[in-house]
Amino acid sequence: MNKDILNIGDMKLESRIFIGSGKFPNNSLIPKIIESSQAQVMTVAVRRFDFTNPKENILSHIPKSVYIMPNTSGARDASEAIRIARIARATIKTNLIKIEVINDNKYLLPDNYQTARACEILSKENFKVFTYMNADLYAARDMQNAGAVAIMPLGAPIGTNKGLKTEEMVKILIEEIDTPIIIDAGLGKPSDACKCMEIGCSAIMINTSISSSPNPVLIAEAFKDAVNAGRKAFLAKIGTTSDRARASSPLTGFLYDK
Amino acid sequence: MTFYDVKQKYNGFNFEKYIGNISDEMIKNSIQKEILDSMDFLNLLSPKASNHIEQMAQKAHEISVKYFGKCILLYAPLYVSNFCINNCVYCAFSTINKIKREVLSFEEIEENCKIISSYGLRHILLVAGESNTKTPIEYLKKCVEILKNYFEGIDIEIYPLDESCYKALADSGVDGLTIYQETYNENLYKLLHTNGEKSNYRYRLETCERAGRANYRNLNVGALLGLNDFISDIFFTGIHAKYLQAKFQSAEIGISFPRLRPTVGTYQPKTLIPDKNLIQAICAIRLFINRININISTRESKKLRNNLIPLGITKMSAASSTEVGGYLKKGQSEGQFKVKDTSTVDKVKEMIYEKGYQPIMKDWIAL
Repeated sequence: MNKDILNIGDMKLESRIFIGSGKFPNNSLIPKIIESSQAQVMTVAVRRFDFTNPKENILSHIPKSVYIMPNTSGARDASEAIRIARIARATIKTNLIKIEVINDNKYLLPDNYQTARACEILSKENFKVFTYMNADLYAARDMQNAGAVAIMPLGAPIGTNKGLKTEEMVKILIEEIDTPIIIDAGLGKPSDACKCMEIGCSAIMINTSISSSPNPVLIAEAFKDAVNAGRKAFLAKIGTTSDRARASSPLTGFLYDK
Repeated sequence: MTFYDVKQKYNGFNFEKYIGNISDEMIKNSIQKEILDSMDFLNLLSPKASNHIEQMAQKAHEISVKYFGKCILLYAPLYVSNFCINNCVYCAFSTINKIKREVLSFEEIEENCKIISSYGLRHILLVAGESNTKTPIEYLKKCVEILKNYFEGIDIEIYPLDESCYKALADSGVDGLTIYQETYNENLYKLLHTNGEKSNYRYRLETCERAGRANYRNLNVGALLGLNDFISDIFFTGIHAKYLQAKFQSAEIGISFPRLRPTVGTYQPKTLIPDKNLIQAICAIRLFINRININISTRESKKLRNNLIPLGITKMSAASSTEVGGYLKKGQSEGQFKVKDTSTVDKVKEMIYEKGYQPIMKDWIAL
């Protein structure tokens, strides 16, 4: 069987899990979580880059084989996101950037309009832009047209572990948007991740449900297994489900009687 | 409408009567809720709720880990002046107290910055006594410009300003504001602050709103615990924080629980807030406002700070000196209050790691 490769933002990924990094109790866990999840991409808030404190600097703990994707956490509008992205590129020499623009600190919901604006400018500057967004078709189209390499709708508000609450909207995005869809935020259980993959998402991103688990390494492995299972189910094409029993004696069978 | 108007609505509210009627069922119900209203918050602050403190703590822990992870941001205060025009009886910097007064020179500020940043800290709180003649806005702007060379996050705790001055300081590099109302009880406030600009209760109460309009990232409120009765001051601090969160959505709202500490002068706190009440307050605020920073300073002991971490603390000061320029010249002037946890930054970090949490030294990038 051919390898199932995700081509995205100049990366060729065999893994379809992206790991967030903001909430771990100890950075020394990171290599173990990378290993158990088999993730190849880790997002890191630029605000946490800390070259004066090597032990606390998350960048010192990420294995070299992993792509570091900076994010613009803390940006309140497009202009702040753009400045943070430029700092990230100047600092760690990568074109990858995940735009997070959050203007509401109560629910931490992304601002789609500001995100699309930042995406347009950063894409023109050759960034490979991943956009964290509220699942909305118009905004996703704007981001795609602005040059986003992936659209990252939230499954549920960040930190809630509530699962894929935006399922119906996400299905529309998968149907209508050519850019890969990666579910970011809100997934609580491996089965949530499996579901995302079954319906056709290209990947999922996870942080809280791993970091808040008493056994982060084991749960990371469970997410890996769930994502793989969901992806295989998607590729295999799941049989359709029905609310009704399928009659073994069709009512229109007589049309074919000889 | 400002928070002053919001608070006025509670003027006819009989706290004593309401609290007297709170039942265990009401408290259990408030703990179970996903979204708590102000009366749920009050239920959790009631004396009866102290019987449910373990359930509150468990839920506060769960919410905190979900929203903030196991991370504690460290910072230190830098006192640049102890000149003050106010006569707050509970404060060492009061005009009543005959203490050595000084304002740091810019060279001294630079030297203090070098020491604090050598601890690995990247966030700083600039503190000054309330005197706009000894520490005018131009002086403070220059201070911030020096601090910017050493720190990524700069908050201020100074005398209340108007919006344009907050804007000017933000343009210089200030990210956030801490200001304590001291007490939310307007009558008591007026008794405690009889002269100077601080006697204007409403102006102080609306300070965070002026900073919010100047687009500050961090707005941190608190009452000085021990001046008034615990329940009403914590209640209004929480209502204030909730109001600010709704009004300034892009700001991170924070809350501190400073308990009165021994200082020069003869003032004795009206009430001594026991640890159990402090814990109750921390848990209640976390349940009431899930997304709020909770800050514990070195006013509290090492042991208590250590035990408070899992309850929802997100920020801690470390290696603090409350003396003017106290990192360079230790023990040469009166501190604003006596520091109880004198641990070094490395020791505080060690303690946080031992608790299964991660110290965060840098959580912003100066733009």
